[in-house]
Amino acid sequence: MTEADAGFVVFDRVQKSYDGETLVVKDLNLSIGKGEFLTMLGPSGSGKTTCLMMLAGFESATHGEILLDGHPINNIPPHKRGIGMVFQNYALFPHMTVAENLAFPLEVRKIGKSEREAKVKRALEMVQMGAFGGRRPAQLSGGQQQRIALARALVFEPELVLMDEPLGALDKQLREHMQFEITRLAHSLGITTVYVTHDQTEALTMSDRVAVFDDGRIQQLAPPDLLYEAPENSFVAQFIGENNTLEGTVENITDGVAVVRLDDGELIDAKPVNVSKPGERTLVSIRPERVEIDKSRLSPGVHTVHAEVLEFIYMGDIYRTRLRVAGNEDFVIKTRNAPDQRRLRPGEHIEIGWLPEDCRALDA
Amino acid sequence: MSKDGPVLAADGRPLKHSLRRALRAEKMRALALIAPLLIFILITFIAPIGSMLFRSVENEIVPDTLPRATKALQGWDQSAGIPPDEDIFAAMAYDLVIAAERKLHTRLGTRLNYEYTGISSIFRKTGRRVDDFGEAYQDALTGLNPAWKSPGTWVSLMTAPDERARPGAAAELLPETSDLYQSFARLVRDEGDDLSEERPWAPVYAALVRDLRQTDQAVLESYSGPQAALLSEAKAALPDFPVTTFREEFLTADEGWADPQVWATIQAFSGDYTSGYFLNSVDLRKTPDGVAPQPEDERIYIMLFKRTLIMSMIIMGSCVLLGYPIAYLLSNLPLRTSNLLLILVLLPFWTSLLVRTSSWKVLLQQQGVINDVLVWSGLISDAGRLVMINNQTGTIIAMTHILLPFMILPLYSVMKTIPPTYVRAAKSLGATNWTAFWRVYFPQSVPGIGAGCILVFILAIGYYITPELVGGTKGVFISNRIAYHISSSLNWGLAAALGSILLAAVLILYWVYDRLVGIDNVSLG
Repeated sequence: MTEADAGFVVFDRVQKSYDGETLVVKDLNLSIGKGEFLTMLGPSGSGKTTCLMMLAGFESATHGEILLDGHPINNIPPHKRGIGMVFQNYALFPHMTVAENLAFPLEVRKIGKSEREAKVKRALEMVQMGAFGGRRPAQLSGGQQQRIALARALVFEPELVLMDEPLGALDKQLREHMQFEITRLAHSLGITTVYVTHDQTEALTMSDRVAVFDDGRIQQLAPPDLLYEAPENSFVAQFIGENNTLEGTVENITDGVAVVRLDDGELIDAKPVNVSKPGERTLVSIRPERVEIDKSRLSPGVHTVHAEVLEFIYMGDIYRTRLRVAGNEDFVIKTRNAPDQRRLRPGEHIEIGWLPEDCRALDA
Repeated sequence: MSKDGPVLAADGRPLKHSLRRALRAEKMRALALIAPLLIFILITFIAPIGSMLFRSVENEIVPDTLPRATKALQGWDQSAGIPPDEDIFAAMAYDLVIAAERKLHTRLGTRLNYEYTGISSIFRKTGRRVDDFGEAYQDALTGLNPAWKSPGTWVSLMTAPDERARPGAAAELLPETSDLYQSFARLVRDEGDDLSEERPWAPVYAALVRDLRQTDQAVLESYSGPQAALLSEAKAALPDFPVTTFREEFLTADEGWADPQVWATIQAFSGDYTSGYFLNSVDLRKTPDGVAPQPEDERIYIMLFKRTLIMSMIIMGSCVLLGYPIAYLLSNLPLRTSNLLLILVLLPFWTSLLVRTSSWKVLLQQQGVINDVLVWSGLISDAGRLVMINNQTGTIIAMTHILLPFMILPLYSVMKTIPPTYVRAAKSLGATNWTAFWRVYFPQSVPGIGAGCILVFILAIGYYITPELVGGTKGVFISNRIAYHISSSLNWGLAAALGSILLAAVLILYWVYDRLVGIDNVSLG
């Protein structure tokens, strides 16, 4: 994303309320660059779909402005916005064939027959469905319908495509395949994509940037790796990926390392993110795969914590072990299945530790 | 297992056979579950309808009541334009006297009156006097020998001595007398009376005279059975008897018997089955000269069928026009509101049909609410009150109102299943509101329109009460005519024929609809 492209789609202090009492979207500010693949991720009811519908024009913003390519679009009806959209249940017109479905957006744009046919053919080939033009949607599998829906949203060459949980109805394998396919298409065509999902894996694997929604606000807007490794608050930390949390109070902060006293009295090291002074309550967050059970691999002087092994699960590529740490019985660690790796046994007592920068002290 | 032999189950039987056995119990259970309804429908619905439809061609009353006359008329040539000869009059007399005693002649007269007006009264008048036909011969015979007065004489002459139900030895000698006497004897027995105490009817005496005239002297002399002497005596006295004919007796009873058309009608309808009712249903009639159109002023059925079809289509069309927007609104409102409105749609069902129809009378009549309001508001003058009832307008208004729920409900249930995302998708693809509706929403609601139309049309085509009450003479349907024939004119055969045609019309329209729209495209939700 270059600076010149920034702001192809802009949400400027947008608010939305359905009943006049509660805000579903509270003060949304978001700028999406041209050609960017942005995912709106969040639990249901977080306002992400409402934002998408406001962008598509099916909902109107209660306050604030939405700009597309620099022009406000609040008062432009959906059919004049020229935004491609893929719906959750595909919304392929059941009474038309696949080719007629694809020709529909071209027909309403009064594009000539021969050009229409050429474009439909090209769009079908783009999603590897060239042979299916004469079929009805009901005769296609879920994955095939998904491809057709995608082709239909792209056939009139929109600059912006919206996708509302498009892979929700597919099985896991197909979903993974389609994730790849959609990103490949979006990038090769250079179109701007706004993608809504509640599946964090989907968000992480597909997006340039992810906006995590909760409670009508964007909790964090960041590229996937930053989102995972550097969550800015405890909601994002817990929503993205698997996460262990421990509660405690900040003892002191020196040289960018906070010492936190857990509620059972033990001391740990953490990176202060949302804490600034001793005495503050904090929720420390650490990823299961960043926990070290081999003391010799930790730098000397770091604090370690006592843990009791409760459960050991063999998962093929990794071992997943559940521990009791400072009263928390859901503390999970993941270790790689390597020849030299220890298999912990339930009932074993061990010491665990981590690098201070992997453990983030967030808001309580 | 051989390569191409049947697949075998584990016990070596063919797999198909085992499967059938396994499924049989299930099929029997399913059959047992539907059996009560099936039997109920068969007994109370299918069978009565079948028998009713059968009446449209059934004509057994004529040959059953007039067996001798219909047989005798077979050889009669009606084209000569003269009434038949004495033999046929005799056969008619024998049939009529039996029919009159059994009180069947008026029913027969009514039946034949459908085909030729006036026959009913001819039969009624003749039936009153037919048992006196041949009284002159009765008097002559009893005057000749009082033994003819005695029922015993007849019993010994006409029945076998050991078995009275069988014809006696004189049967061959006196065929007409024997035949008629057997019918007389059956009737007496049926009434529980003693044959030896009942004197035969006058026509039996006339038959005896006719038989004796036909019999050669030599044949009579060779007869040695009971009452041979009496017969010889009567034969000898024949030249002195008065000469009367059945023909004269018939004409005395009613002049109508001289009309060859009466006889031609009986001849034309002497079969067990007839196409007469169906011909009448399409304004044709069966004449002795073949099929001919009804007289101009009696042609009503084709017009009524046409009116029924056209008005049903108008009603169907108005129901679509009025019902579609309501169903659309209902299916797009929040569930709470739409349920409330749906109850309002169904509200008319809680009121009796008669009440609803009658309230339309109150509203539509010339001194009614609507006209009063229009006059009061100055839109029409008092002299120019609109005629909205007892004509086709009234029928269309009232029936559209009454049948509207049958259009709204299937439409609503189909529209309910159309997700709003389709229209959204169409709009996101660049379609205007109208294009999105017309190209995407409307085609998906067509199954609902189809279901509603079939429902409303079929209900309308057979509707009876509403046209009867608000239709006047110009707005009645064919069903009103059917009801008239069922309950007033009692011409069930014609009613059945009209009903069969109506049924056939519905089936044909259904077939056409299937070809045009496809019955798979009909959905009740």
